[in-house]
Amino acid sequence: MIEFHLDSRSGVSPYLQLVQQVRQAMRLGLLKDGDRLPTVKDVVARVAINPNTVLKAYRELEYEGLVQPRPGLGTFVTRTLGGDDDSRAAHEPLRQELTEWFERARKAGLDDEVVEALLLSTFREFSEERAGRRG
Amino acid sequence: MSDVVTIKGLTKKYGRRTALADCTLDIPAGHVVGLVGPNGAGKSTLLQLTCGLLAPTEGAIEVLGAAPMSGSPRVGFVAQDTPVYAGLTVAEHLRLGAHLNPGWDATLADGRIAELGLDPRQRAGKLSGGQRAQLALTLAIAKRPELLLLDEPVAALDPLARREFLQGLMSYAAEHGTSVVMSSHLVADLERVCDYLIVLVASRVRVAGEVEELLGTHHRLSGARRDPGELGPGRDVIAESHTDVQSTLVVRSSAPIEDPSWSVDGLNLEDLVLAYMSEAGRSGRDRVLEKR
Repeated sequence: MIEFHLDSRSGVSPYLQLVQQVRQAMRLGLLKDGDRLPTVKDVVARVAINPNTVLKAYRELEYEGLVQPRPGLGTFVTRTLGGDDDSRAAHEPLRQELTEWFERARKAGLDDEVVEALLLSTFREFSEERAGRRG
Repeated sequence: MSDVVTIKGLTKKYGRRTALADCTLDIPAGHVVGLVGPNGAGKSTLLQLTCGLLAPTEGAIEVLGAAPMSGSPRVGFVAQDTPVYAGLTVAEHLRLGAHLNPGWDATLADGRIAELGLDPRQRAGKLSGGQRAQLALTLAIAKRPELLLLDEPVAALDPLARREFLQGLMSYAAEHGTSVVMSSHLVADLERVCDYLIVLVASRVRVAGEVEELLGTHHRLSGARRDPGELGPGRDVIAESHTDVQSTLVVRSSAPIEDPSWSVDGLNLEDLVLAYMSEAGRSGRDRVLEKR
């Protein structure tokens, strides 16, 4: 089971934040095929959010073919995202390398903001380069 | 779905002062409605007319298909500052509620009090602001109303108590499908919990509609300074400000704005509310553009 949270300053609409959090959890393997999403009542009781917003997020996920409501039982994940087992097996060593990288950055005297900026800008350059090669 | 509240040409005057002027409004069922506006805009008057505590000076109001009736079992009302009887205990409040309301849901009331960790023997006067608000909410929802009206229920609460109050309110609304109308200054809270918004400024309804539709049809335009009159039909300028080189507008338009000379952004709910409030506060002399 996952827990939702809401960032009111993000500028992303609440319903979209819920959708993104489910997708994210699926990509990270926290939610797998057959797992149940929290009920609408659980979500509103926890996040203090409009019930229709939760329903809308679940409908969107259903439309994307990621979840399926089963009447009287709840809403269930129907797919596993983030590739097959092989690609998820690669997560752990990659996470390890990234952790080591963070340690080196910290040793070099970089603070959190600089680390984040460096990570994001490198990732962006990398993605753009790849997109450029493909196009 | 049908409307829970239908209002036509509603006006309320206190002596010579007009609290609500020629208000026409339909509130659809099944929503959590946010009622916003500056102090003295008429929010409390509108809520009290809706629950039958006040009678209109002119115009018509129907609530759940009938004339509003004070003390109706179908309508729950939590007044401003969540009043309770300071001398009565929590348990006595519940007994009073059960006695006065034929449809009283004792399981719900007792369950909520236990869940909140309130001591039934505690006098209401000794409760914290958050606990008092929760008790007032419990009394209103244990009636199992079809429409729940709340007048600034969280204004006096600290952030934690406010969050807990809204959690309770939302889980009740989710479970029972009750329509809720709630006034508040705290637009950030409303953005979370409301899916329908009414902006009331200077006794008049400036805008009302589903939050998503409002956010989708309001745009912030900025560009080189010019007269907003050039925008064309179907585009209402809600707010405008100008410097010597730049114009910034808030515009309502259902069609997208594709003029490349404007840079167009979305608005969040707070900006939208503020735009309507500033529009109402605007008078001729503030319109710099006309002084050119």
